[in-house]
Amino acid sequence: MQLSNRLIKWLISGPPLVFLLIFFVAPSLIMIVTSFRLPGEFGGLVPLNIFAERSGIDSGLTLETYQFFLSDWIYLEIFLKSFVIATLTTIICIAMAYPLALLIANSPRKFRNLMIMLVVLPFASNFLIRVYAWMIILGPESTLSHVINHILGVLDFEPITLLFSPFAVLIGMVYVHLPFMILPLYTNLEKHDPILLDAAQDLGANRWQRFWSVTWPLSLPGIFSGSALVFIPVLGMFAIPDILGGTGDIMIGNLIKDQFLGTRDWPFGSTLSIMLTIAVLGVTVFFTWLARSVMRSP
Amino acid sequence: MSLIEIRNVTKRFGRFAAVDDVSLKIETGEFFTLLGPSGCGKTTLLRMIAGFDAPDTGQILLDNEDIISVPPEKRPFHTVFQSYALFPHMTVAGNIGFPLKMAGKSSEEIEQRVTRTLAEVELSQFSDRYPHELSGGQRQRVAFARGLINEPRLLLLDEPLGALDEKLRENMQRELINLQADAGVTFIYVTHAQNEALALSHRIAVMNRGRIEQVDTSATIYNFPVNRFVADFIGKINLLDAQVMAISTQHLTLNVNHLGKIRVPLKASVNVNDKGVMAIRPEQINITALDPNAQNDGKRVGRIRDFLYIGDVTTYIIELADQVHIEALLANSVPGQAQRFEIGDQVAINWQENAAHFFPD
Repeated sequence: MQLSNRLIKWLISGPPLVFLLIFFVAPSLIMIVTSFRLPGEFGGLVPLNIFAERSGIDSGLTLETYQFFLSDWIYLEIFLKSFVIATLTTIICIAMAYPLALLIANSPRKFRNLMIMLVVLPFASNFLIRVYAWMIILGPESTLSHVINHILGVLDFEPITLLFSPFAVLIGMVYVHLPFMILPLYTNLEKHDPILLDAAQDLGANRWQRFWSVTWPLSLPGIFSGSALVFIPVLGMFAIPDILGGTGDIMIGNLIKDQFLGTRDWPFGSTLSIMLTIAVLGVTVFFTWLARSVMRSP
Repeated sequence: MSLIEIRNVTKRFGRFAAVDDVSLKIETGEFFTLLGPSGCGKTTLLRMIAGFDAPDTGQILLDNEDIISVPPEKRPFHTVFQSYALFPHMTVAGNIGFPLKMAGKSSEEIEQRVTRTLAEVELSQFSDRYPHELSGGQRQRVAFARGLINEPRLLLLDEPLGALDEKLRENMQRELINLQADAGVTFIYVTHAQNEALALSHRIAVMNRGRIEQVDTSATIYNFPVNRFVADFIGKINLLDAQVMAISTQHLTLNVNHLGKIRVPLKASVNVNDKGVMAIRPEQINITALDPNAQNDGKRVGRIRDFLYIGDVTTYIIELADQVHIEALLANSVPGQAQRFEIGDQVAINWQENAAHFFPD
């Protein structure tokens, strides 16, 4: 019985394990190795020569790419900018998702599923189409642009362009990732025992105190998982800055994409990917630590 | 002047009157219990006193002032909830200090009073634990401490012992009595457990279908229930069909099914020929063995049909006639003995005249 249970476990976890080994672990290892190799003259890589020492030819392995990454401020600046965009997106998502998630969690049970369905409804249409729609909404000929620039004109300000700006990137990021904040927050808020709010009120807490002393601290796990689901994808996102951002609004994702598809510098692309992975791991560890230290109780 | 006065309070949910024209006065320092079966309206009444629900009609007065428009957080009452409702993200100290924090007390004062209260409820070494790291009894004590620390005028308790096992419940009952006496705080206690109500309360209000059936001390309610519902709900009681034969200045004479003529204390607004039940508590019935050779005329006779041994007492089921039984209870004061009579024994039963009651239908 014991043995067959174990066998069943292996049989069940086998296929996804093999899948991840082939399509995640192996490519990651290849990326790591690639980041230490030299770029070929017309893309690709310089062949490896493991007997380089003896024959006196270049071994094809180097640390130069990492040195290059660290030596030029522009790349660190792009990393930093991406972190800023990801942080802003996360904060705006929390601010927008919280009231909505609270509203849904406090609605009559029969309406909740409908409202959640409405939240995930945008996923039914293609991601790129939705982002392109923002191109039209924010474009120079859009009603929104006209209205804003008209108001600015009346107030004697210079007209602005909404599209191809960090602002447009931020709007696109928030728009696409908002449901990823709403869903975990709702799942958390919906589980809160309403008797705790009664108890807080009974013991003298007004509406504001009830929120900050009960609802908010108990919702922190939801905020942490929502933040991870928003922050990490935003950090690596390249499509939205590509479509909605200007030339100065490139993020880590765009930089990596350019190395592989534009300048064909595979080692540098790999180095950037690995730095991104390290950054994401760092963020994950930070969030986990934060969640643990804030929530010692379940 | 009463601390709390409830005047003609009614609360309806749709067409159903959860609380129906209830009036009560609760005095300062009292341990007052609302007792009744589930759905009798006791919790709704408690929620209205706490301020979570507003009555449709009627008044709730604190020191003779109507407090219906005062929200729960502004009422000087605290509640101990059935589930305790401890804040899971706060430590024991955080939970107990919460009411003081909400009242805007300084952090030094909060710390000082929490430390003192923790010592009083013997939880000092648990001050940094979270509620899920405590046992049921400890959680209970935290809930009481949290309810009492800010010295409320009134502590409302909603079946707070319901979740505990029996042994622990008995201990907690004793602790609760001491706690109330020491704190000098007025308690309103809601329960459906009649033995708990009898053990704890100074006065009990027995509720049924949104109305109050009787308000009195434990002993009066137990010994002199005003109607069949109260008699039947509080403790165990034998109910036998009866009809009034005659009324004198001090007695009713009943014709009781299979027992014949029986005198019971007089009861107001009863007429000759009224039908109803005669009620008598099992422990107030005396059983004696019947000597088959002696004269047994005029004695009330039955046959032991079955018995139930519980340890401290044994309940005897005595058959008076086919399908008509009466229960009597005897304490097992002699060691090593489970019952004093065997099944099939003929016995005589009797009781003091004022032990039996008549309740008209």
